Amino acid sequence: MINHIVILPVIWPLLLGALLLLLQKQSLQVLRIVSISSVSVLVLLTGWLLSIVHSGEILVYVLGNWAPPFGIVLVADRLAAWMLIITALVSWCALVYAVRGTDTAGPHFHVLFQLQLFGLNGAFLTGDLFNLFVFFEILLLASYGLLLHGGGRLRTMAGLHFVIINLVGSTLFLFAVGTLYGLLGTLNMADLAVKVANTPVEDIALIRTAGLLLFAVFALKTALLPLYLWLPAAYAHTSAPVAALFAIMTKVGAYCILRVYTLIFGERAGPIADLIEPWLLPLALATLIAGVLGVLASTHLRQQVAYLVVASVGTLLIAFGINTSAGIAAGLYYLPHSTFAAAAFFLLADSIVNRRGEMSDRFEPGLIMLHQRIVGTLFFIMAILVAGLPPLSGFVGKFLILQAALSHVALSWIMATILITSLFTIIALARSGSLLFYRAQAPEATHAATDDHTQPIITPHGISGLAIPVCLLALCVALMIWAGAITEFAQETANQLLHPDDYIQSVLGTGK
Amino acid sequence: MEALVAILIGTLTACGVYLTLRGRTFPVVLGLTFLSYAVNLFLLVMGRLTVGKPPIIVEGVTEYADPLPQALVLTAIVISFAMTAFVIVLSLKAHLEMGNDHVDGKHKP
Repeated sequence: MINHIVILPVIWPLLLGALLLLLQKQSLQVLRIVSISSVSVLVLLTGWLLSIVHSGEILVYVLGNWAPPFGIVLVADRLAAWMLIITALVSWCALVYAVRGTDTAGPHFHVLFQLQLFGLNGAFLTGDLFNLFVFFEILLLASYGLLLHGGGRLRTMAGLHFVIINLVGSTLFLFAVGTLYGLLGTLNMADLAVKVANTPVEDIALIRTAGLLLFAVFALKTALLPLYLWLPAAYAHTSAPVAALFAIMTKVGAYCILRVYTLIFGERAGPIADLIEPWLLPLALATLIAGVLGVLASTHLRQQVAYLVVASVGTLLIAFGINTSAGIAAGLYYLPHSTFAAAAFFLLADSIVNRRGEMSDRFEPGLIMLHQRIVGTLFFIMAILVAGLPPLSGFVGKFLILQAALSHVALSWIMATILITSLFTIIALARSGSLLFYRAQAPEATHAATDDHTQPIITPHGISGLAIPVCLLALCVALMIWAGAITEFAQETANQLLHPDDYIQSVLGTGK
Repeated sequence: MEALVAILIGTLTACGVYLTLRGRTFPVVLGLTFLSYAVNLFLLVMGRLTVGKPPIIVEGVTEYADPLPQALVLTAIVISFAMTAFVIVLSLKAHLEMGNDHVDGKHKP
């Protein structure tokens, strides 16, 4: 009976999304209450699921009772539950921020938000490769709607690029899935793991092709170099709560890389073992460098935060690319930190934009903004967090990654890249902070005529708008305080991933 | 027949890739459509090409057609159809908002 909980995080947002669609005629207040309570329930649900699988148990839900490998299965192991709770927490914060006004910009915001969660949760839980494709499409279609929500010229253009590149990605995904099915005759991931290990010699080249094609798709979703160019424009031009929610979207790709290349193409895969090992680490290092160069070159704050997301993807995949249990564990600690930090930074950037009026988020000295000290202090804390300075969770994450890298052959490359890019991140953020806050002028110093235009921008963006970024910061502080327990959990998760026999047993054993 | 289908998929993919790389939205949408046709055909063929064999269990028959690719391709068709409809509307919106149909929103020099 307990297995039914596995499907709840998938079906709950779907039902609530449908309900919200029926409630469209009701007042916005009703929609907001339903939507927020739905995500609150999701937080509790995923917390419950995490507490169950924490022991190492792997829950398998067999849809329609069609025994695997023939039917579709949902599988909840430590990694899936970890991703689910991170998603639920980030989306809760994004949604609470969105009800401050973003959701009035167009219809169906809350419906799309729930469907986005449906797609995300499904992608994390599914144990079937084609089903993963379907959930990808669901989350992408919802994300297109959310990205374009509110409209605007720049948003439409960034959205068009995002949609087209993701459609090409979906096509590649289907080619890869088709090739794997054609050669191995299954799409169940656990069954694939068994069959890949026994691939006939003549098929090895084709399986490798399919595996690397899948890697290209996941790299596109994660925004790995050279496929990251869509991200800065899309994230910088969309509304802040959506950008905050999208902080988890790049992690879907990272999750898939981790899942597919430890389970299907992991150490057990015989001749195809460790398929992407030669690719992942160099590409991740290059992504980190490219991301930080973008951070340095940005002319707008939101653009800079978007490049920080690219850089964090690079750091995360360096951790996964080290390909030891310590490396993966470090990555699993860094993953929630980078998600929460990016989301908080996007929301804080939005508060800054609202306070600067016409100056928006351009890096030019403007007038002293409302609540300058509080916003400035938050920016300072965010900068410390993102750059990875002690004592916050960014430091712990980077420290764990560097520690895991000590035994790696490419140690010098990893050390040099992470440390130098951290330095450049600090420089870039110090520059933005000083332009936005220190060099801001008092209103008297400027022309009296412009005063009237730029001064009164208090409207709905009072001090309460900062509560959500603070909430996300508190999550990062929690990550720091309970670092011991979380790293232990991450270590257990990494061990579970590197010994996929349990996973395979749990899935393929259910039918018998 | 395998060679013919392979050439067909290859041609469709080549056309799709070429058109997707064009600078205007209409050819790009056409290109995406070609790509989705190619991949749908590819998925279908992954169940191997068979003629006149039943996909579900029938008395006294030993050789079957693989029914799964048909289910997969049906899903893929529905999704790609929805996506095409969406990208067409989005292209129209972009055309109206930017005044031209270049994917980067720039005027032709």
